Amino acid sequence: MQEQEETPTFSEESLISVTVNGHIYERNAPVRMLLSDFLRHELHLTGTHVGCEHGVCGCCTVLLNGEAVRSCLMLAVQADGMALTTIEGMAGTNSELHPIQQAFQEKHGLQCGFCTSGMIISVHAMLHENPNPTEEEIRHELSGNLCRCTGYQNIVEAVKLAAERLRAGAAFNAPKEVE
Amino acid sequence: MATRWFGASVQRSEDPRLLRGKGNYVDDIDLPGTLHAAVLRSPHARARIAGIDTAAARELSGVHLVITAADLGEVLEPSPLLVPHPALTHPRTQLPLALNEVRYVGEAVAYVVADDRYIAEDALELIDVEYEPLPVVHNLDVASSSMSGTITGTATTENAPLVHAGVPGNIAAHLVQIVGDPDSIFATAPHTMRETVNMERGAAMPMECRGIVARWESFEGMLTCWISTQAPIPIRNGLAAIFHLPEHKVRVVAPDVGGGFGTKIMMFYPEEILTPLAAIRLGRPVKWIEDRRENFISSNQERGQLHEIEYAFDDQGLLLAVRDTFLHDTGAYTPYGIIVPIITACSLPGPYRLKHYYSDFTVLYTNKVPVSPYRGAGRPHAVFVMERIMDRIAGELRIDRCEVRSRNFIQPDEFPWDVGLVYQDGGPTTYDSGNYQAGLDKLKVLLDYDNFPKTQAEARQQGRYLGIGVGYYVEGTSIGPYEGANVRVESDGRVFAATGVTSQGQSHATTFAQIVADQLGIHPRDVLLTEGDSQSFNWGAGTYASRAATVAGSALHLAAVKVREKTRKVAAELFEAAPEDIEIAGGNVYVKDAPHRALTLGQVAISANPLRYAYGENARKLMSMKLAGPRSGPALPSERGAPGLEATEFYSPPHASFASGVHGAIIEVDPKTGMVSFVKYAAVHDCGRVINPMVVEGQVHGGVAQGIGGAFYERLVFNEEGQLINASFMDYLLPTSAEIPPIAVDHVETPSPLSPLGMKGAGEAGVIPVPALFASAIDDALSPFGMRVLEMPLHPCKIYELLQASQNV
Repeated sequence: MQEQEETPTFSEESLISVTVNGHIYERNAPVRMLLSDFLRHELHLTGTHVGCEHGVCGCCTVLLNGEAVRSCLMLAVQADGMALTTIEGMAGTNSELHPIQQAFQEKHGLQCGFCTSGMIISVHAMLHENPNPTEEEIRHELSGNLCRCTGYQNIVEAVKLAAERLRAGAAFNAPKEVE
Repeated sequence: MATRWFGASVQRSEDPRLLRGKGNYVDDIDLPGTLHAAVLRSPHARARIAGIDTAAARELSGVHLVITAADLGEVLEPSPLLVPHPALTHPRTQLPLALNEVRYVGEAVAYVVADDRYIAEDALELIDVEYEPLPVVHNLDVASSSMSGTITGTATTENAPLVHAGVPGNIAAHLVQIVGDPDSIFATAPHTMRETVNMERGAAMPMECRGIVARWESFEGMLTCWISTQAPIPIRNGLAAIFHLPEHKVRVVAPDVGGGFGTKIMMFYPEEILTPLAAIRLGRPVKWIEDRRENFISSNQERGQLHEIEYAFDDQGLLLAVRDTFLHDTGAYTPYGIIVPIITACSLPGPYRLKHYYSDFTVLYTNKVPVSPYRGAGRPHAVFVMERIMDRIAGELRIDRCEVRSRNFIQPDEFPWDVGLVYQDGGPTTYDSGNYQAGLDKLKVLLDYDNFPKTQAEARQQGRYLGIGVGYYVEGTSIGPYEGANVRVESDGRVFAATGVTSQGQSHATTFAQIVADQLGIHPRDVLLTEGDSQSFNWGAGTYASRAATVAGSALHLAAVKVREKTRKVAAELFEAAPEDIEIAGGNVYVKDAPHRALTLGQVAISANPLRYAYGENARKLMSMKLAGPRSGPALPSERGAPGLEATEFYSPPHASFASGVHGAIIEVDPKTGMVSFVKYAAVHDCGRVINPMVVEGQVHGGVAQGIGGAFYERLVFNEEGQLINASFMDYLLPTSAEIPPIAVDHVETPSPLSPLGMKGAGEAGVIPVPALFASAIDDALSPFGMRVLEMPLHPCKIYELLQASQNV
């Protein structure tokens, strides 16, 4: 037992508390569980997708204390005490789409939809930092999120539209609670 | 009737769900009691398996099942050969788990089921496999080294390694097709040339990897599998046979699928047999989700071919004859027969009047991941070869590259044009329609082609190397055998529509709804499309070969027409009017000139089902209306056929339809680094009548991005041991938003005379001409150095090397 306390075994769990989309969750998380797996399989927030598990594709991007991060490159226990926003927290409670989501639909910025969650989270973070990006800035900022369907063109168009509307005062919904 | 939704850029009904993270991909399915599987894969490209010790893995806490080939019982059968062909003399397909010998890095050797994936992967590390490595066939040079007269130039080796004992020379297939009399033409042609063209492997890389959840319900004897696949119904049929179950007791569903691009159609990937097997043995749901590393080494790949070409042309630049002898790398198995090289052979003539053509290909086994179609499926290779020929003719004769193409085009009044070859579906390669000059004219406008020489000259004065390239293709799409559709009006007036194909992002829920909505006078949002579920529609082949919109779309159209006819008949009886006087619009059904006295579509549907009890608001309103009373005789008279407003129809195309397109780009090359950037990209395509321009343009954009990836960023690199040495997104570079340029798209519409709505396929189009135009543009940019690109994919180092080599010549 003494030895186990010094060297955690793979089956060891740790009680963590994370706030996700405004909800506080307390769970025993295996110490080796990825944050992405924790969100998907423990909290059943399956909108966060896993595309590569080595931090390149960006499908698993979430906001961690407001900053866009790869949830596949973190352990769940590292998120203890932190606040997360996932794609499920982007739309308002009244089921209206966030202006970024709306722009993605209008500009056909998604096809299979698998990269979309991470894209939208990244765009959200990008526009928070830079509300009026140039096309070059958009393309540079989005280069951490791979999409295999759209060729990016309509995603870039969607970001431009969303940025324009948000600057004009469209409701920039703070992430709200979801069921 | 006049169509209204067909042709409109209707926004996608799929989107609100996907945008909220409410999609339902395979790994999102979380059934109570699910166990999780992991696969042990071969670390060797070729080795004898001397023994497997699974004892430690079986003893690990949380492990429920460990399977090796020895445990498979009667399931230890090679997968079916999907597309046999007389030329495929030595087919070989894969076992669910390797027995005695492994033939590629990544081949499945053992399968473990545990409480969670973490434990399952722990167990993999406890399995001890004793391998005895064997000599490896890692490329076409080695594969062909015992062929006489090999085109690779490698010395003949007596004891060349064999991927399969019993397949001499590693030759799976050899096929020759001859059109006209090329030998005579070559004997007398004014100009002949000979070149070797090489294309290396790439991979589809959908953002969602493969995956399966299998559930066995013993109380009803029902096996249900949710699979990230493009072909659920053929898989259902196969699983029923393998597990001796009635077909109606096996349900296969393709839920939301996160991209496919061809790689998700295969019968069978081993996990698609092993996971249901485990679920049946354990009596609990089992999930297997492929991770990205597995995707690199176990999902099928494509593109490896080596062509030796000879071509003859006259002083006017007319192409007289082509001889193309090529080797095709099929990997360790031939699950898909020889579809890909056949498509290459048949796509090579392209939009040109090629009357004398010798095509000879040899399909070779290598110790690499098996090959099956990846978006484009043999076409990018063919187009690369033919467009290289056109550029060379232009260069030799000092004729403009577009002008040479124009001189060789099949003319609009020459359709149907018989290329003279047997296509992949066994039917003729007969082009149904097209207008190739119209496409080229539009492209030249988009690129401002005629002014480019001036721009190029100015740039060169500043030491900048700009180049322009074009690539034209004709692609066979919309192949059979058939697809079907069921359309049924529900009591609330919404319309259920089901087909056997699937969507991996192609927007069928929207575009198919547009087709149905036009016939039934409703909004597309009121069409409830179900696809990819074998329990919703029993028949079908799947989504591949740019066929779903045409073949399944036509079936939906035919079924919707039938439902419309029946709706008018039933309404005519109720209104005591003539069926031809019944109109259907805005969700209502009424006698012409009396729209105020209308029934809803749902009310007609209720009336068409002569039950005594009907429920809901539509039924109550129906009771209060003064309509014709019940007739005497049977409640469901024979001329009515089935109850309700429902029809099932099938569409089987006479043969493939041939879409076309031309892309062009202006690029800039830095000769010091070999780096290329895109200045402008334009695409003009003709997929016949367009259901939804927004969707088609999206397909083109995505194809172009994959094409650019496959031309300049993506290359699977295998070393001499057959190890894929760049099996991660860190090293295999999918293009990002920073690499893909804005893409200008224009349309030409030459409707297909083959199908009722005149569509042709569009799914693969975007990717096909990109390597060709990329090479064309690089040659043009570096023409002062005498550059001639004859291989794909390129990368900056390669361009630099080619440049050095061309300067040394």
